[in-house]
Amino acid sequence: MEPRYIRQTQLKDFGPEGQQKLADSKVLVVGLGGLGLPALQYLNAMGVGTLGLMDQDTVELHNLQRQTLYTENDLGRSKLEVAHEKLSAQNSGTTFHLHDTFLTKDNALDILEVYDLILDATDNFPTRYLINDACVILGKPFVYGALHSFEGHVSVFNYNDGPTYRCLYPNMPSPHEVPNCNENGVLGVIPGIIGTFQALEVVKVLTGIGEVLSGKLLLFDGLTQQSTKIGFKVNPENQKIKKLQDQYQQLDCSVVPSIRAEEFQLLLESQQNITLLDVRTPNEFNAQHLNEAINTPLNRLELAAEHIVGTKEVYVICQSGKRSEQAIQQLETSFPAIKFYNVLGGMNKMMMLCP
Amino acid sequence: MTILLFGITKDIVGSPTLSVPTSSVTGKQVPKTVRELKQFLGDTYPELNKLSSLAVAVNHNYANDDDTINSYDEIALIPPVSGG
Repeated sequence: MEPRYIRQTQLKDFGPEGQQKLADSKVLVVGLGGLGLPALQYLNAMGVGTLGLMDQDTVELHNLQRQTLYTENDLGRSKLEVAHEKLSAQNSGTTFHLHDTFLTKDNALDILEVYDLILDATDNFPTRYLINDACVILGKPFVYGALHSFEGHVSVFNYNDGPTYRCLYPNMPSPHEVPNCNENGVLGVIPGIIGTFQALEVVKVLTGIGEVLSGKLLLFDGLTQQSTKIGFKVNPENQKIKKLQDQYQQLDCSVVPSIRAEEFQLLLESQQNITLLDVRTPNEFNAQHLNEAINTPLNRLELAAEHIVGTKEVYVICQSGKRSEQAIQQLETSFPAIKFYNVLGGMNKMMMLCP
Repeated sequence: MTILLFGITKDIVGSPTLSVPTSSVTGKQVPKTVRELKQFLGDTYPELNKLSSLAVAVNHNYANDDDTINSYDEIALIPPVSGG
């Protein structure tokens, strides 16, 4: 056995057999963010033979507080490219599969099929439910990790016919029910802890050591350092999934009219008197905003009235496009005569087009 | 009856735990099942009613709406969380 892994192979319960199992395994990590990176750094270091990387985002300044593989020199570069470069340097023996895409209902089954195990390091419900359903269809286990403020959740779903994500949460939350890290914030070290827990579960599933967190949800509270485990059982109905849903993105049906950032940019260049509401907080607005924008924060939408009464069309923007969508749902009710358009991708996208 | 709160329920209630007083204190009916507990909490904190999936654990195990609860049970509200 090569000396690289001697500290693991000398472990009585792991041994060269455990190492060989890791070397023979293929693991897909969906999401190269706060959870995915620490998990990958350890899985790669420990000698998992094939690692799939999937993401389409670029490295942004506000990522660096928790995504510690990236540096200031990487800003603006694709996460996939940077992660691949650094992980290859960390372990030249690993085979990497790069997936320059987000997971969708159209590509999920084809992509997941070649892997032994999926690590869910995403930051949104639609993708988590999509991973669950695809893993149930393909009969693959997936290691789940998720965050809320100072708290982290970990479990292993669909392992040896064990419970699935839907056995715990049957229904996908509607878009604005539960905030994500972008809206709610997260302390940098928490995803480091939870992502590392996920890597540990991956190793246990692949090598058969210890007790896998199947049928158990680990709840970690960073503020008290308290961990609680909740047991849950399989609901056989959730194992009967035979095909993916037609739609994972929106469950509350009210899709608001929208405009792509590229088109909106052209509109700004070609037209005068565009009414644009920016529904971010005053702090975000003051830090950076488009010239035409009027700040009417989401929780003070009544401020919009004086600016939009009498207009026919109003464009609404926020940081990523989520809050603006929420704002439009409220504005449409208050101002039925006005047509509202959501600027897709929000300021994130606009800044990429016109920095 | 003490309830441990996780995820968004902690933010809705504004504290990591919640105490449901016994009937001798409030004169109100104390919830006897998970369903009654959800209704009871939803009346006090209407934001909780908006959660489409809210797992409730009784004594460290996932409980169904019809499961009974007692004042000495350890209860936890565990909504889905999405951050990553």
